[in-house]
This record gives sequence, structure tokens and C-alpha cells, in this order.
Amino acid sequence: MTIKTYREAIIDAMKTEMERDEKVFVIGEDISGGRGCGDYEGEAAGGPMGLTQGLWEAFGPKRIIDTPISETAIMGAAAGAALVGLRPIAELMFSDFFGVCFDQIYNQAAKFRYMYGEQAATPLVIRTMVGAGIGCGPQHSQSPHSIFANIPGLKVVMPSNPYDAKGLLISAIRDNDPVIFCEHKALLADKGEVPDEAYEVPLGKGTIIQEGEDLTIVAIGQMVGITLSCSEAFSEKNISCEIIDPRSLSPFDENIIFDSVEKTGRLLIIDESNPICSFGSWIASLVSQEVFSSLKAPIKVLTPPHCPVPAAPNLEAAYLPDSDEIILSSVNMVNYK
Amino acid sequence: MQLSREKLLDAYTRMRKIRVFEETMRDEFAKGTMPGFVHLYIGQEAIATGVCIELDNNDTIASTHRGHGHCIAKNSDIEKMTLEIYCRADGLCGGKGGSMHIADLSVGMLGANAIVGANAPIAVGAALRQRVEDNNAVSVAFIGDGASNQGGVFEAMNLASVLKLPVLFVFENNGYGEFTGVDYHCGGGDIAGRAKGFGMPSYKLDGSDFFAVQETTAEAVKRARNGEGPTALECVAKRWYGHFEGDPQHYRTKDELESIRKNNDPLVIFRTKVEEAGILDAKDLDSIDNNVIDEISSALEKAKDSPVPDVKELTKNVYSDDLGGQVA
Repeated sequence: MTIKTYREAIIDAMKTEMERDEKVFVIGEDISGGRGCGDYEGEAAGGPMGLTQGLWEAFGPKRIIDTPISETAIMGAAAGAALVGLRPIAELMFSDFFGVCFDQIYNQAAKFRYMYGEQAATPLVIRTMVGAGIGCGPQHSQSPHSIFANIPGLKVVMPSNPYDAKGLLISAIRDNDPVIFCEHKALLADKGEVPDEAYEVPLGKGTIIQEGEDLTIVAIGQMVGITLSCSEAFSEKNISCEIIDPRSLSPFDENIIFDSVEKTGRLLIIDESNPICSFGSWIASLVSQEVFSSLKAPIKVLTPPHCPVPAAPNLEAAYLPDSDEIILSSVNMVNYK
Repeated sequence: MQLSREKLLDAYTRMRKIRVFEETMRDEFAKGTMPGFVHLYIGQEAIATGVCIELDNNDTIASTHRGHGHCIAKNSDIEKMTLEIYCRADGLCGGKGGSMHIADLSVGMLGANAIVGANAPIAVGAALRQRVEDNNAVSVAFIGDGASNQGGVFEAMNLASVLKLPVLFVFENNGYGEFTGVDYHCGGGDIAGRAKGFGMPSYKLDGSDFFAVQETTAEAVKRARNGEGPTALECVAKRWYGHFEGDPQHYRTKDELESIRKNNDPLVIFRTKVEEAGILDAKDLDSIDNNVIDEISSALEKAKDSPVPDVKELTKNVYSDDLGGQVA
């Protein structure tokens, strides 16, 4: 067991799988950080956030493929490569850019299996950075995971820690369907224990991070860490929380949440989506349909407001759900009569 | 004419199959026996055939919403195609694709595509096999004149050029993007010239002439296999019918349609050339015509009598492991 960052865990997963399977390759903008251009002999930066660092040196330009800034071509080429049996990892540098290439993701890659039947498989991973918190403003900070989860044919995962980042990415690369792998930019430097060897965290399995009796909290991505930071306050207020990280939004482990709500009778969901049709509201809908009689209080969904992500740091802080809101909501739910 | 007699017979068979197949679809659509939209390939037979005759089974093509001709030219099974267009359980795609999304991966036909121009990046992806695993398969994107204006097509040409990938961008300029004439919709009017701007050899040729298409394709395929990168072909032909069946074609005159069918028949042009050269005679060609008619009418009967997909199939194959979006 080694201590690694979330970023290193992601690189580790790609390296492991590229060594194991020659059909795996990475394609995207600046993924070799200039080394793709030919004569430049400096260190390959591995993208603006260093998420492909070291891969060019290990695998060279045939499998670490720098592209022009052409997201439609990248996503379409990755879809086509998957359709003929390669196993592409396509990098969509910031998830906000899905707006320029979504046709290739949702009309093409996501539908090949269904449109063409069993003759087709689409083993494609789209790695993409999501999330607010580091001042990138309206077009580099969004969390469109709810939009992705709405599309039949796509699988969607969002790891909240380095261990899950490596294990989920390995599972995604080995999976035969298109997987949107959401990397939260505010978590890239977070550290945790990560085994050196390859291991899978299965798609579609949530995890109970902390067991509790009074209240179920479902937190997604960056919201997991913010929830854990409330632990002391929860103890002070004598609230026993069961904290669940779904990790995978599609397929989604609904049973882990139903079981927990049947025990606690209360559900707080914390999701970085915008509120309308958010993934959090889908969880609330499922729980109210399936385990309504267990509920002792109305379900609460905490999300940012229905507005873009602002650049001003104070406004961005106000945009994101924070520990004060989580604690207040939890207290209100436990005291609900 | 460097092709063997055998290959010429093969080419003529593919073209005749496309013609008869599409005429049959036209008749059946008019009778109301088939579901959905149908876009006919008649008038462009020499393009799909001239290109695909130079490809192997391992080579791939990415097609358009007007895709029946590409399927046939790539040697897809006529009966399974007909079943798919009739949305039957035993069709190529299990009946869930239909005419506009028909695919036959067993022959490298990567799918018709109902999103105009979206196939071009996909074709570039299939060509990545050369870079990633030294597989010399060639990849073709068929692109209409309408699709030639799509941004994704430009991105695809640029990426193929930058990475020197074995792609043929085959522009089928049939005069109309849906209802809108190419003179109106194509800025500069020079599709081949635009492709040249991306740094690839680019040719404008007569798409009603099988030999013009086949000879240029042979050269482009050779370059592609040698790792010399992509080529563009602008094949100018005529669309004999509307954008889709049922299109009243208010945008063109009866005279234009009559003149097209009289002067731009790719099959007549082919027959004249091979008969004048004394390579094939009318008897050989007529016998192909008769065989093709029989094959297609039997496929049609089979399709009409075949079962539709079971309703249980509705939610199958959304994922390869049949995990639904919410199933753990």
C-alpha cells in the first residue's frame, strides 16, 4: 500500500491497463503536453492538470495520441475506434466542453449497442474533469453528471477519493460500454492509500463510508469530503449519520440506499448538480417511490442554486453546498416532527 | 480498364442490386408496407460500388442516412438487410436500427447514420487501427454535399491529416442537401477544394462513372495502406428521387428529373463502356439483372413474413451486460 494522490491514482490505472492490454490507448488534447509535436525534447507535461504525466514516456506517440483542439473529432474517433475493437480512453479536458461534442457521445457511442444489436460493443472511457471550487468560472467548473446519467447507453462514475479513482478507472477501461469517468478537479491533490497492483472497484456498487442510525446522507464526488468534515459537529449534536458514496451513478446501486433509509428513516442527499432534474432529485424520487413508509421526515436534497458557477471566489463558495448547510439540514431533519 | 472480367461482373452485380433493391423499397413504401423514412440511393450506385470494390472485408465504411447502397456495395446480406429495414427480429440489428441506422459489422459496414456528417469522425477512429496496432485496414466516410458543411466533417479531415490516417473522405455531391441545392448551401462551391486545404490530395470526378470512382479509389487506398494519409474524392452524381420517399420535390422541375434519368444512369454508362470495349456482352449482364430481381423479391417475401421483435427486447442491449441504468 502506498500513499498516492487522486491524480497519481488515475495515471496509475491507465498505466496498469495499457501494460496489460495493447488495445488500450489515450487520445486527447495536450495529453503528452507538447511531446506529440516532434522535435521538442523536454518533459511531457501530460495535460494542463498533469493527468497523463509519464504516459508518453512509457508508451510513445502511437498510444498517447495528441490531437488538435477538436472535441467532436476526438469523441467520434474514440467511438469509431471502440466499434472496431480498440479500447480508447478519450480525454475531454473539462466536462463543460461536452457542449461541442455531445452528438458523438450520446447519439453515437451511447447508442451503437442498442441500434446495431449484439454485433456491436463500445469499450470506450471518456475521462473528464468536473466541478467547482478552484475559481475556474462559468465554463470550466460545471458538474454535468446528471445530464450524462440521463442518457441510456452511458455509464457514469464519479470517484471521491484516490482508492476509488484507481479501481473505478480500471473497471471502466475493462468494461465493454461507454463510461463517463468524472474526475473532480478540486480533489486532484487529495491523498490516500492506493494499492500498487491492479484492482477493480465494480461499476454500480455504492459504499457505506460511515455507519449510523439517525440519518442517511448520500454524497457525490467532492460532497463526500465536505460531509466528512462535519463529523465533529455531528458528534457534538449527537447525530449518528450513515454516509453513503454511490461512486457510480449509472448503473446505480439503489438498494444500498433503500436499506439504509429503512434503518434510519431520514435521507439527506448532497449533489453538486444544478437542482432541476439533478441526480440527487432522482435518488429522492426513487426512495419516495420504493421505501416511502420508512420515512420519518421529508427527504432533503442539497445542491447549488439554479445558476452558473461564478468566478468570484466568494460567490463560488456561496454556490457550493457547505458544511454549515449540511449540519443545519441534518439537525432540522432529526428534529422534524 | 484494368479490372478483370470477374471483377467487372461483380461490380455490375452490386450496382444492379442497389438499383433493384431501391426500386423495390420505393414501391413498397408507396404501398405502405414498411415503417419509417426511406432515403433512396438511386443515381449514386457507381460511387458506393466504385469505392467498395477496392476494399477488403477488414476495411470499414461509415455511411449516411442514405445507406442502403453502401451496405449492398460492401457485400452485406440482402435478406438480413431487408429484414432490418422492415424492423424484424432477425434483421441485421434485431430491428432496432431500421433503414437510417442499419449496420453490418461482419463486413465492415459501421452503420448508416441519421445525424448528418457524424460518421466522418467515426471513420477516422476506425483508421486509428493503423497507428495503434499496425493494422493496415482502410476506412471510408461517405459524406453528402449537405454534410460537407458540418463542422465535425472539417474536424475529422483535419485530425486524419494531422495523424496521417488511412481515411478516404468520399463526398457524394448529388446536387441537393435535403431540399436545398448545392449552389445555395455550399460556400465557395468547391467541396474538393476545401478538402485540399487540409493538406490531402483531393479529386473532383464524375460520380456517375464507375471507372472514374474506382480508379481514383484504387490510388487513394494504395496511399492509405502505405501510411501516406487521407485522400478526398468529390464524386458528382445525380439524385434521381427526393430527399426521402414522399418528398414532393417542389424545388426542381420535371424536366430536370427526366433529363437526369436519361443522361446520368450509372448502370447504362457502365454497360455502354464494357460492351463497347468488348469485355462483357449484353447476355452476361441481362442474366445478372434477372438473378438480382429474383434474389430481392425472395428477400422481400421473407421479410414480410418474418416475426417482429419480442416486446421484451425493448430494454435489452442498452448495455452490453444488460445492466440497466439503475440496476446494481
